[in-house]
Amino acid sequence: MTKKAIIGQKVGMTQVWDDNNKVVPVTVLEVAPLRVVSVKTQEANGYQAIQVTSGSVDADKLTKPEAGHFEKAGVEAGESLMELRLEDVSEYEVGQEITCEVFEAGEIIDVTATSKGKGFAGVMKRHNFAGQRATHGAHLVHRMPGSVGQCATPARIFKGKKMAGRMGGEQVTTQNLEVVRSDVEKNMVLVKGSVPGPKGGSVVIRNAVKKGEG
Amino acid sequence: MTMNLTDVIGQEQIKSELPDFRPGDTVKVHVKVTEGNRERIQIFEGIVIARQGAGISETFTVRKVSFGVGVERIFPIHSPVVEKLEVSTRGDVRRAKLYYLRDRVGRAARVKELRED
Repeated sequence: MTKKAIIGQKVGMTQVWDDNNKVVPVTVLEVAPLRVVSVKTQEANGYQAIQVTSGSVDADKLTKPEAGHFEKAGVEAGESLMELRLEDVSEYEVGQEITCEVFEAGEIIDVTATSKGKGFAGVMKRHNFAGQRATHGAHLVHRMPGSVGQCATPARIFKGKKMAGRMGGEQVTTQNLEVVRSDVEKNMVLVKGSVPGPKGGSVVIRNAVKKGEG
Repeated sequence: MTMNLTDVIGQEQIKSELPDFRPGDTVKVHVKVTEGNRERIQIFEGIVIARQGAGISETFTVRKVSFGVGVERIFPIHSPVVEKLEVSTRGDVRRAKLYYLRDRVGRAARVKELRED
């Protein structure tokens, strides 16, 4: 389960050198300090989560309900409100600030984001189909899927058959990435390897569900 | 334009005191070699046949012929493994990638020296 989570923004990729002078490809994630606006508890809400915001926004850009919500919490209004479901919220209280400090170098994390949209993609790109022959009489079928089913029985195509269609633009989680560096001054986390989504896209960083003590 | 965070990270690791060198130059690369827990410097001398990439990820290729066998090594310019870089001679060449040297042996594989005037 999720013990801790933060929200950040993908900045881009670069490389750093490790102690053995090997190149480590890293993704830079900018993590502005988060402010807790509301704490959802099992008793009051039926689930446990923290509602957070970050950055700042002009007062006249807020709707009255939004402004009221921030005012009630006594927290400076931020760009957006996001909820992070957590295993245990007892350590959190309204107004608390969360920085990228919660993750240290060497920790294993999962990163969730919306992947880049690929538009209407064929089966080779979308489902890794092999396509068809380049020669030997193949005509206009090089990237086609081939047969999609049988004949009079069942006389239909099964639901869920992999076909061409919209690809990307969906929520993707990359598991078991390593934190290479966590810098509170620069509000930045370096993660080994790539992370889903475009530059500037918002990402959620959680401790890895399949690694660590639980 | 302000620098974004990726550039900032690159900037921290970029070496500032690198000599100016280009394809065709003969260079001595002082390579840090770790054997067990001992560290020593090995010199790899040869002709730079390519420079590729930009910023922190820029690399260069050095070619030499060792015991009749062509050896090429690709170094990231800003790698800590490259302890020092010395330019011994400047070459006079007309292209950026000197891959044609691979097909040449002996005297034909030489690069004309640049005359400074």
